Amino acid sequence: MRYLPLTQPDRQAMLAAIGARTIDDLFVDVPSEARLSGPIEGLPLHASEMAVERHFSNLARKNMAASHHPFFLGAGAYKHHVPASVDHIIQRGEFLTAYTPYQPEIAQGTLQMLFEFQTQVARLFGCDVANASMYDGSTACWEAIGMAGRITKRTKAVLSSGLHPHYVSVAKTMAKYTGDALDTALPELSAKTDSERLLAAVDTDTSCVVVQYPDILGRIEDLSALAAKAHENGALLIAVVTEPVALGAIKSPGEMGADIVVGEGQSLGVGLQFGGPYVGLFACNEKFVRQMPGRLCGETVDAEGKRGFVLTLSTREQHIRREKATSNICTNSGLCALAFSVHMTLLGEKGLRGLASLNHALAVEAAGRLTQIDGVELVNDSFFNEFTLRLPKEARPVVRAMADRKVLGGVSLGRLYPGVEQLENGLVVAVTEVATDEDIEKFTTALQEVLA
Amino acid sequence: MTAINQSGWKPEMTALRPAQDETDVAGTYTGNKALMLEEPLIFEIGHDGSTGIDLAEAPQVASRLGGLQRNRDIGLPGLSEPEAVRHYTRLSRQNYAIDLGFFPLGSCTMKHNPRLNEKVARMAGFADVHPMQPVETVQGALAVIHQLAHWLITLTGMKAVAMSPKAGAHGELCGILAIRAALTARGDARSVILCPESAHGTNPATAAFAGYQVENIPATSEGRVDLEALKARLGPDIAGVMITNPNTCGLFERDMRAISDAVHAAGGYVYCDGANFNAIVGRVRPGDLGIDAMHINLHKTFSTPHGGGGPGSGPVVLSEALAPFAPLPFVDKDGEHYRLVEEETVGEHHDKTFGRMVAFHGQMGMFTRALAYIMSHGADGLRQVAEDAVLNANYILRSLQDVLDAPFAHSGPCMHEALFSDDGMAEGFSTLDIAKGLIDEGYHPMTVYFPLVVHGAMLIEPTETESKATLDQFIGALRSVAGRAKAGDQSLKSAPHHAPRRRLDETQAARKPVLVWREPEQAVAAE
Amino acid sequence: MTRYYTEDHEWIEVDGDSATVGITDYAQSQLGDIVFAEVPAVGATLKKGGDAAVVESVKAASDVYAPVSGTVTEGNAALEDDPALVNSDPEGEGWFFKLTLSDTDELGSLMDAEAYKAFVDGL
Repeated sequence: MRYLPLTQPDRQAMLAAIGARTIDDLFVDVPSEARLSGPIEGLPLHASEMAVERHFSNLARKNMAASHHPFFLGAGAYKHHVPASVDHIIQRGEFLTAYTPYQPEIAQGTLQMLFEFQTQVARLFGCDVANASMYDGSTACWEAIGMAGRITKRTKAVLSSGLHPHYVSVAKTMAKYTGDALDTALPELSAKTDSERLLAAVDTDTSCVVVQYPDILGRIEDLSALAAKAHENGALLIAVVTEPVALGAIKSPGEMGADIVVGEGQSLGVGLQFGGPYVGLFACNEKFVRQMPGRLCGETVDAEGKRGFVLTLSTREQHIRREKATSNICTNSGLCALAFSVHMTLLGEKGLRGLASLNHALAVEAAGRLTQIDGVELVNDSFFNEFTLRLPKEARPVVRAMADRKVLGGVSLGRLYPGVEQLENGLVVAVTEVATDEDIEKFTTALQEVLA
Repeated sequence: MTAINQSGWKPEMTALRPAQDETDVAGTYTGNKALMLEEPLIFEIGHDGSTGIDLAEAPQVASRLGGLQRNRDIGLPGLSEPEAVRHYTRLSRQNYAIDLGFFPLGSCTMKHNPRLNEKVARMAGFADVHPMQPVETVQGALAVIHQLAHWLITLTGMKAVAMSPKAGAHGELCGILAIRAALTARGDARSVILCPESAHGTNPATAAFAGYQVENIPATSEGRVDLEALKARLGPDIAGVMITNPNTCGLFERDMRAISDAVHAAGGYVYCDGANFNAIVGRVRPGDLGIDAMHINLHKTFSTPHGGGGPGSGPVVLSEALAPFAPLPFVDKDGEHYRLVEEETVGEHHDKTFGRMVAFHGQMGMFTRALAYIMSHGADGLRQVAEDAVLNANYILRSLQDVLDAPFAHSGPCMHEALFSDDGMAEGFSTLDIAKGLIDEGYHPMTVYFPLVVHGAMLIEPTETESKATLDQFIGALRSVAGRAKAGDQSLKSAPHHAPRRRLDETQAARKPVLVWREPEQAVAAE
Repeated sequence: MTRYYTEDHEWIEVDGDSATVGITDYAQSQLGDIVFAEVPAVGATLKKGGDAAVVESVKAASDVYAPVSGTVTEGNAALEDDPALVNSDPEGEGWFFKLTLSDTDELGSLMDAEAYKAFVDGL
């Protein structure tokens, strides 16, 4: 078997050295009734590399890949071009097959990369510090709510109706068990967000206000007033960014007063991957650093005075604090954080600004063309690379019918908010740099045909 | 509170050390040592105006940004592609990795990561598919999830599996939430979860995260759960137990069935931490031991790469009692058609779910890799995996127990990892010194100071993908290092001597945390 | 002024109904380099034996318990900038907090210096 180096003579020699007759002697502590006498029945036996590859090729062909078709889906996961060098670097064995950097003398590569990543994320979000990443945006969002609870010692969180519904679901799942009260609402198909509701809901029992920026419908709104209101009441403002490329074009949440900024980093370097693995971004004001969840990398010196990096402030974490830890998280999303960081380094300030302008311009053009279709209206006043259309009929079957025409034309609000009638005509459309003029044309034609 | 960075530090700023005599070697101007190359931060070598990506010119449009145009620089230096590739390649060479050598990190299962798995995960049909595409356009992706689920259920002898948890600790949370949902459904508000002291820290942290109080279960002198003490504590307030099996001392919990029966009789549920499943995969089905929920670290047993600390993946297999409470989403099959059970269809098919744990469907990139690994091995190969992993660990245990204290060597064979303590070292020498000595020998050290129940613990997990020759050389190296620690060799106290860095000052890092880079003048101003 | 000790290695120096609390030299030597100390807020009410403060080294976090019940009147702000004071002068500059005692009878259950020394020698 190609992955197992021991030979039969090796095994015999090792058993003899141990003083065991057969391998079964090493499993004596397993009660005999639980020991299986041979390979589990009903499962296939080992297969060659070629056979396995063939199996996967066949399954892969049954999916419509984003790069093979006009593609306009977003709603928390975005298709961007990932430079070839990103994948080359993350496949280097020294990154791919390393472990968490618990022995810093032989893990400076991962540690320095994480320090650079933390700095990039903090700067992008306009915050003082960032951690070494979380599982994804949705879990980072819940962790931020929990952190606000620890800081304010309050349990009421006010969630914007523009927060991704899956993120709301994750928070609801957790809140059921932690006793937190979540003030939530459904969005409306309107250019106006529910910031008035949020401003009214914040009081001195509120731990935090959670706002997505740009929000699930693509709308962009100034967060300053909300930040001020939250701070007046001793609450924190948490901003959630699901499309970090947007911050190449618009103000960062930190600039507008957000105390904690979390996000989904998938857009840069990671790819769509059918939903995972992704990379949760988590940044905050420096004074809250000891309440942060997750791993942190910090700078120090070695015994010869050379600069080096280590995992630090570990006493917040589960392996030391156990049931008193800030979170049960035990990992980060290291390799995805590397992909994010390499992509960001390749872009640089200039590249990110340029990428953001290109995304915005193509989205504005696409919105203009799509709204020329009879009965199709643009919901947003403001947007970055994603906007919501109101169709003259239910959007979900329209998306399926466009898929039959080989166009992947957005995410229907019916999929995101099943059973909510007032949203069912909504279609969320994301337009990134991968969309060609021809793609936008095919999308417009398909939508027109399906609606006709 | 923030201290200044050593920003602007360059290797050549460490004083160039001249040779002391004709046998000495002078330092170098660059700080480099041939192939051991120093590398600055991107913030010290990149520029705002540099980029490694060419973009099309954006068409002129009227901005729709709502008046929120960014008017401040972000401060993101860029590098051209050759500079970026060199930067990260140089950094990579400061890392130890499985590809470079033996990595016997106990409890972490650092086995070889087959490259076929990387290839299949990158097929466009899996890597370039959006999670919210119409299900008709992702039938192949759903088939992968369904096939992997089938393997996991069959290998564990359980009823169902929740695929979405993103890591082991996230899987633990899934299992505990399922237990809590099942108890809530029967109107039973139990408040305590029991964990052994030897448990991973994630176990008590997870139980507390889900709102439970945590109490310890005592261990026997053999290093196993004390069944009688556990039984004495069971009662109407105990929601469940979290047991790691094989446990973190490397031993199989012989009484697992009796533990499960006692917990069930008292109305509680049994969570099994599956971190050590590699020892028994294909040979023992946890379902036969009365377990209600167990997470499977795909990045351990099924060899998805650790990636320098994630991403992992932690599907949770569930018993019949807990299956109805599994989280959303869920892949189901109608004839030849795969369905995704999400919020909308939940009323019809899965109405007791405790809800959603993540935004999308879990770690697809890990599912493809794990399934490729599983299919490559097959039922016969996986059984061989467990056998070789256990054989390798016992070989290490018996080859070292005369030079290192093995507190549970008398308890019978170990499973896939061997546990030692620092008993018997010279005054002032500890596990840390042995670990750092192994670095100089070219190995990644074992897990140290875990589990907490053993003084100066050293937990060695060789895995099945190591040859006898590798093990023999490691055994020789560890015998040598242990001998130096017993003899009080002072040079071991300052090891490693040959790594890219000497021991790092973790006290300074924690007292004055420097978590981001700042420009030197800015850093000084912040002081 | 009288100084008492607990089995959890806190010291308390009492002057009438006010007192100063810290951890003992033995405790700091066991913890190693202290990197962080969190002291209670002024006005916090403490219960004898309850959590009062936190002290952290690189690899460990420990709770400091209230030796007696009372109300916090001052936390040692110097520890925020210089937690190493707990190492260099644990029973002086490295104090944690001051409090007003709510029940001076609780002092009866604590050890004096001699008893504490015997207790530590026996560990």
